[in-house]
Amino acid sequence: MKNSSSFRRLLIGSTYFWMAGLALVPYLILLGASFLERGEGALVSSHVTSANYLHLLSPTVFSMALDSIGLAGIAALLCLLAGYPFAYVLAQSSAKLQPLLLLLVMIPFWTNSLIRTYALVMMLKADGVVNTLLLAAGLIDAPLQLMYTPLAVFIGLVYTLLPFMILPLYAALKAVDPRLLEAGRDLGAGRVQNFIKITVPLTMPGIIAGTMLVFLPALGMFYISDILGGARSMLLGNYIRDQFLVFRDIPMGSAASVTMTLAMGLLLLLYHLASRRLGKEMLQ
Amino acid sequence: MSRWLKRLYAAVVYGFLYLPLVIVAIFSFNSSKYSLAWKGFTLDWYAKLWQNTGLMSAAVNSLIIAACAATLATLLGTVAAFILHQYRFPGRRVLFGGLFVMMMSPDIVIAISLLLLFLALALPLGFSTLLLAHTVLCVPFVATTVFSRFHGFQTDIVDAAKDLGAGEYQVFRHIVLPLTAPAVIGGWLLSFTLSLDDVIISFFTTGPDFEVLPLRIYSMVRLGIKPDVNALCVVMMGITITALVLSRTLLKEKK
Repeated sequence: MKNSSSFRRLLIGSTYFWMAGLALVPYLILLGASFLERGEGALVSSHVTSANYLHLLSPTVFSMALDSIGLAGIAALLCLLAGYPFAYVLAQSSAKLQPLLLLLVMIPFWTNSLIRTYALVMMLKADGVVNTLLLAAGLIDAPLQLMYTPLAVFIGLVYTLLPFMILPLYAALKAVDPRLLEAGRDLGAGRVQNFIKITVPLTMPGIIAGTMLVFLPALGMFYISDILGGARSMLLGNYIRDQFLVFRDIPMGSAASVTMTLAMGLLLLLYHLASRRLGKEMLQ
Repeated sequence: MSRWLKRLYAAVVYGFLYLPLVIVAIFSFNSSKYSLAWKGFTLDWYAKLWQNTGLMSAAVNSLIIAACAATLATLLGTVAAFILHQYRFPGRRVLFGGLFVMMMSPDIVIAISLLLLFLALALPLGFSTLLLAHTVLCVPFVATTVFSRFHGFQTDIVDAAKDLGAGEYQVFRHIVLPLTAPAVIGGWLLSFTLSLDDVIISFFTTGPDFEVLPLRIYSMVRLGIKPDVNALCVVMMGITITALVLSRTLLKEKK
């Protein structure tokens, strides 16, 4: 018996140990560094300051952050608008076909996003597939400048992150009890009313989860902005990377990262509230 | 929505997701070097790829790191799922929440915080730092995969074993592991692809001594497109699809 409980303690202890060492402590260091000043010789000085956070509010940085949030936000909205009907169709497709259709969504989900970005370059470059097709169709006379534009970054984000929206929506839609929709119909609700009053509220946690899984990575994907957007760095991720690797301003980069985590916390809270509200409504 | 409209819409979305990948695959077999025009079938780019030692060594590094990180993450993730399911202990909910937050954290935040840890410990960036970072990335996914499998089997089996005198270790070794083996292997394969997919965490946590494929592709893409990159992308996609199909099959088996 004594052996047993030491086995148990070993498992629990080791899990606590790695989680503290590799998740909690690094995060505390990040948080700490964000309140320090940039060092002269060393990486950081020991002077405590809130200047980094104030600098995030300065006009240039703030407008960059707003642009980035706008870009990521519209990308998330577009993924939601395109992904919801798709997940709906997927959830309703025949049981035989569904595993295959789902696998087809998961393959891009798991394919290296750099490879997928590269594939987009093949589509968008001046002599790429899109321009060649448009020229051949006689719709344009000269190749369109698609690469190195905000539009390209935007297409890149939606293209890369769409599966991250579809999968949680699909899971949420699959969990909707069809009997509830039947009950709605029996009570005289039309399809639209059923959808708005039953399906959407029931899938709200999926909607928030999907939005979170698109919005947060979209803020950080610096390589998409690099490859498709050219020299202009448009995302918070570019800013953070540059602070670390170009300007060697670790505290500033840390402050921007902490801010991103706060955004995550806010979205997680929303998700939690939506799930809980749903749980309560189901009980009533 | 009418049936045809649904099918059309699904086809458009699949087209959007797959067309660029299919184009890359087609052009990896095109003998024309620069233009889009089809100049005949060739395997030259695959041969070139094979001879490109820098690229091949980066590919091998990526596979090594993916295999090692997946193994370590599977070990830690399975243990985490086991204790969360089996035991009630102080801080259990915190541990749960911690794994969830880790899973949801943006890659760049994970990357930066680990980079700071490695800097603080004065660890040189390379194989070991990348291994730790990828393990952190993968563990929550293994833990949730295995945990959901635990919910599938009855706890009375465990109770019965305990009544018959089995200790905690024996329960773990002879009941829990065999029953969750498909989920454990599935978790390993998911971790493997997750590690191969990663760009951002590798970017910050490895050094010049240990170059991995995504970083190599990154610099190649920035310098311009060459057909052997197409071939490389096709090979990588092949590995990802194989691992994914295998893991799906394993996870479905028990139903």
